[in-house]
Amino acid sequence: MGRKILLDKINIPGIKTYEVYRQNGGYASVEKALKTLTPDEVTEEVKTSGLRGRGGAGFPVGLKWSFIDKKSGKPRHLVCNADESEPGTFKDRFLMEYIPHLLIEGMITSSYALGANLSYIYIRGEYMWVFKILERAIKEAYAAGWLGKNILGTDFSLDLHVHCGAGAYICGEETALIESLEGKRGNPRIKPPFPAVSGLWANPTVVNNVESIAAVPWIINNSGADYAAIGIGRSTGTKLISASGHIKNPGVYEIELGLSVEEFMNSDEYLGGMMNDRPLKALVPGGSSVPILPAHLIYKTANGDDRLMTYESLSDGGFATGSMLGSGGFIVYNDTTCIVRNTWNFSRFYHHESCGQCSPCREGTGWLEKVLHRIENGHGRMEDIDLLWDIQSKIEGNTICPLGDAAAWPVAAAIRHFRDEFEYHVRFPEKIKNRDHFVEEPFEKVRHLIAKQTV
Amino acid sequence: MENTQYKQEINITPELMTRINELIGHYPDDKRKSALLPVLHEVQDAHENWLSYPLMDKVAEILNIQPIEVYEVVSFYTMYNQKPIGKYMFEFCRTSCCAVRGAEDLMDYTCEKLGIKEGETTPDGMFTVVGVECLGACGYAPMMQVGDFYKEHLTKEKVDTIIAECREGKINLHDK
Repeated sequence: MGRKILLDKINIPGIKTYEVYRQNGGYASVEKALKTLTPDEVTEEVKTSGLRGRGGAGFPVGLKWSFIDKKSGKPRHLVCNADESEPGTFKDRFLMEYIPHLLIEGMITSSYALGANLSYIYIRGEYMWVFKILERAIKEAYAAGWLGKNILGTDFSLDLHVHCGAGAYICGEETALIESLEGKRGNPRIKPPFPAVSGLWANPTVVNNVESIAAVPWIINNSGADYAAIGIGRSTGTKLISASGHIKNPGVYEIELGLSVEEFMNSDEYLGGMMNDRPLKALVPGGSSVPILPAHLIYKTANGDDRLMTYESLSDGGFATGSMLGSGGFIVYNDTTCIVRNTWNFSRFYHHESCGQCSPCREGTGWLEKVLHRIENGHGRMEDIDLLWDIQSKIEGNTICPLGDAAAWPVAAAIRHFRDEFEYHVRFPEKIKNRDHFVEEPFEKVRHLIAKQTV
Repeated sequence: MENTQYKQEINITPELMTRINELIGHYPDDKRKSALLPVLHEVQDAHENWLSYPLMDKVAEILNIQPIEVYEVVSFYTMYNQKPIGKYMFEFCRTSCCAVRGAEDLMDYTCEKLGIKEGETTPDGMFTVVGVECLGACGYAPMMQVGDFYKEHLTKEKVDTIIAECREGKINLHDK
C-alpha cells in the first residue's frame, strides 16, 4: 500500500463535518504554525518539502510563496485555484467534496505564511454543490474560531470566502482567474507583472491549486524533510491521480510519486488493468493538454527504462517520446479509440474555451477543429495533415497564456505518433463514416491497408 | 440581441436580496463588482434559469456598475443563459473521457426520447438537451449536469428514470 497523506482520513465516517475532522487531528497545523512558527518558517518548511504545484505546471510552491511582495505594504491575498477544468482531471473536486476542512485548514496555514488576511477559493461554477459544501464548512470554521479576527488569540486574522466561476476553462489560468474574481471576463493578463507583485485588485497575490494547499497541513504537522523523503528526486510527496477512460477502476487515487506506470495501470490496488481486457492503445497521463503516448512508450521510455509516475520520468524523451505529469488527469484509451476523432474532440474543447484575446489561439483553435473535423468525417486531404502541423506550430509560444500551447500539443503529439491513422482517414473515407469505426474494426486490423499503399 | 423577444418578470425578493448582500459582503466595500459572478448565479436561479437585459440592468444597479459590465460577463461565461430554456436542462459532457465511454450515444438516445435535437427545448418547455465541454466527472462517465447536481454513471435506464422523475417534480435543481 502506498502512503496516504491527503486521503488517509477520507473513509472516516463524518469526516466532512467540522467535529469529526477536528477529533481526528484537524486544524493541528494551524495551531502549530500560529503558536510556534513565524510565517517565514512555514514558507521554509514548504520549500524544504519540494512540493510542486499540483495544478499542472509543477512550479515549486515554496518558491512561489517567496516571491510575494511583502515590502509594498499592500494587502496580500492567497487564492486557491479550484477551477479544475482540464479534461481528465477531477481530483480537486474529490478532496473538496469529501474532506472540505482539509482545504480550509491548508488555506489558513498558507495564508499565515504569506501574511494574507483576505483569501479566496475560486471554484468552477459547475461544481455548485461543492461550492455549497465549502460555504457551509467555512461557516463551521468561523464558528469554531479558526477564521475571523485574532485566530487562537494571536494577532493573525483571516477572512476566507468561496467564489464561483460560471463555465470557462480559461479561468484556471491564474491571471484569468484573478480577472474573473474581480467580476470580469476571464481574459488572461500579460505577465509581468506577476500576481506575486500585482494580482487581485493589484495587490500581491499567490494562486495555488487545491491539492497543493491541501498538502501544506501535513508538511507543517510533520516536516518539509519528511515530505521530501517520499517520492524520487525532485518529484517529492504524493500526488492525486484522476483516472478515466477504458480501465477497470476509474476514480481518484493518491500515489507516492515514483510508482511505476505499469503498476498503477494494472495492479488491483489502482486501476486494475484494461476494461474488458482489450489492448492498450494510448495514454494521456496528465490532462488533455499533454502529449498523448502510444502503447510502446507507456510502460517504458524510449531508452528502455521503466516509466514512472514522476514529473521527470513522464517527460523523459521530451515531446518526441515523452509527455508530462501535468494535472494528473490520466486518460487511458484502448484499441477501439479513434485517435483522429479524439484529437478533434480535444480541439473542439480548446476552440470553445479560447478567450479570443490572441489571434493565433482564437483563429488557430478554430482551424484545428475544422480541419480535424473534415478528416474525421471523410473529407480530408493528404495535405491537411501537414496543414494541421503548420497551424499548431504557429500557435505554440505565440499567445499570452498557455491555452494556445495546450491546444497545440495534443494535435502535434497525435500526428507525431499516429500519422498513419490520419492517412488512413484520408485514403479510406468510406471506411470511417460511422463514428464508431474502430469499435467494430480496430485500426490494428486495417493498418496493413496503409502499409501496402505507402510508396 | 436575441432575448428582447422574450419577456421576463423581474422579482428580487427580500430573501434573494439578503443572499445577494451576503455575497457582496465577501469582498471589500469598494470592490462590489467582484460579487458579479456569484450574484448572477443566484439571480438566474431565481428567474427560471435565464437573464434578460432588464434583469442584467437590475444586477448592474445593485452592484453599482455599468450595464455593459454585466452584459460582457454574461456573454463570456457558458453557464449564463440569455434566453428561456427548459425547466430541466440536461447538459451532457461530450469531451474525450465521456465520449469514449458512450456519452454521444446516450445524448442521442435522450434527444430521440424527448423528440428534440441537441440544443433544443421540448415544446412544453420542460426539457433542454445540450452537449457541453468537460465537467470534471471523467471517471464517472457518461454523465450530465442537471441544475446544481451531477448525474453520473448514466445508462439509458437511468436517463429514463431521471426524465420520469422530472415529470413527477421529484428532481431537485438547486441546493439553497
